[in-house]
Amino acid sequence: MIEVRNLSKHFGDKKAVDGISFKANDGEILGFLGPNGAGKSTTMNILTGYISSTAGEAVIDGNDILKNPVKAKASIGYLPEQPPLYMDMTVKEYLNFIYDLKKCTMPRNTHIADICRLVKIEDVYKRVIKNLSKGYKQRVGLAQALVGNPNVLILDEPTVGLDPSQIIEIRTLIKKLGRNHTVILSSHILSEVQAVCDKIVVINQGKIVADDTAEHLSSSLSGEHKLSVKIDGPAKEVMELIETIQGVKSVTLVAERESYSEFTIESEEDADIRRELFSRMAGRNWYIIELKTSELSLEDIFLRLTMGEKIKLKGGKE
Amino acid sequence: MTAIFRREFISYFTSPIGYVFLAIFYCAAGFFFTLSSIQQGTTELNTVFSMLMYVLIVLVPILTMRTFSEEKKNKTEQCLLTAPVTLGAIVFGKYLAAFLVYAMGVLITLVFAFIVAAISTPDWLLVFGNILGLILLGSAFISVGVFVSSLTENQVVSAVLSFAIMVILYLFSAIASIIPIDFIAGIFTSLSFLDRYNGFTYGSFDLSNILFFVSVTAAFLFFTVRVLERRRWS
Repeated sequence: MIEVRNLSKHFGDKKAVDGISFKANDGEILGFLGPNGAGKSTTMNILTGYISSTAGEAVIDGNDILKNPVKAKASIGYLPEQPPLYMDMTVKEYLNFIYDLKKCTMPRNTHIADICRLVKIEDVYKRVIKNLSKGYKQRVGLAQALVGNPNVLILDEPTVGLDPSQIIEIRTLIKKLGRNHTVILSSHILSEVQAVCDKIVVINQGKIVADDTAEHLSSSLSGEHKLSVKIDGPAKEVMELIETIQGVKSVTLVAERESYSEFTIESEEDADIRRELFSRMAGRNWYIIELKTSELSLEDIFLRLTMGEKIKLKGGKE
Repeated sequence: MTAIFRREFISYFTSPIGYVFLAIFYCAAGFFFTLSSIQQGTTELNTVFSMLMYVLIVLVPILTMRTFSEEKKNKTEQCLLTAPVTLGAIVFGKYLAAFLVYAMGVLITLVFAFIVAAISTPDWLLVFGNILGLILLGSAFISVGVFVSSLTENQVVSAVLSFAIMVILYLFSAIASIIPIDFIAGIFTSLSFLDRYNGFTYGSFDLSNILFFVSVTAAFLFFTVRVLERRRWS
């Protein structure tokens, strides 16, 4: 379990992390979402004892990282942003070194072999790390974090540098690990966090802007009240008709083509106008060629979460 | 600590540094031995030992330049600093690895002593006193080098800075001689690596000299721990 209370870290005048608090329970995967420079890595570095906090406390499995560092660190597996690999060692030597470093007590060979199988690095086991591809290096980094089977896994952007199929593999692996570990994972990719995590903490400029379960957050942020439609019909009339639908806040004509016109419709937050839109268009024999809820990019989310337009998160904090 | 020590020691020999250090050390020691003992037809090894101090000033920075600099640059220190080991164990493990490589170098002087013994009888007590002195001096220099390495992530800066500091430490007795105020000159003299080390090569076995080098080693290792600690807080 990880508990963070009012954690702050100042680098000179800059507040990299500014009074954040959150909690991750056993068997929970917590996603740490934020743009570059939001304070994700700084927070993770504090949690793992690499740097110290300016104020506040971080407790790992009941041990404060500052007051009881050796005990707290013993229950953490950490994959930093850049995997800490000794380039001149082979994977085998490196994992054995980590095994000794963490003072593990499990049977050495089977434990390391298990991990290699789990992250699929058996075929490079005897190669020098320097010569591995980025994806393999990343996986060796993950293997390193898993050595000693720590209760808490802290993974800083674990899928960076992997190809799409590897990304899926690693995500599945993290999900599997999440069943009996506490996992904190950071990312700046919304879909990744949504796919893997139970709980999401959104951080921007060192502050938590949202802290909620993945479903709540995604439904409130999914932008269901912002639609993008392509309709085959006279642009002006279509627009007028859409405006009369109850719940529609505004309609904008994005593009007018020969065969269709494209609109963005913004509706009231609790209104779902899709059915009504369909029947009205059908009534006039105008065809809806495409209808989709506009995907919010991470930038949009931060704009929404930070720039005044405070959305109410169902059952959560603002 | 053993894990760090072992990795560090092995890495001296997976990179060229360990070999370069030992090769140059053996060459230099052999050269001085030939010149000052064999050529002179004497069984005395004192000159060899006193010349080796200069060799150390040049070579120890090469041995220690990468200890922390490289880790910082490659971000591998993150792995050490987040592992369940204390900073003291990390620093001591690294120091010990460098020290062991150095000790392997010093052992060559035993070979010289055996060569001398084959011809006549060397003063064994003096030889062991000298070796002890050399080991203590090297230990202090290594600890200075490890400390400097923790200050920078650039290995070249680390080596040059260590070299400069060691030269200054070597010059302490010369500095003392040009300072007119007795009190300050006295401080420099008592901190002089050269004087204290020469004590060993003359065959005087002074406990205070032993304690001096042990204390310097401990002090700089402690400073290294503080540097690492401070970096976490800044």
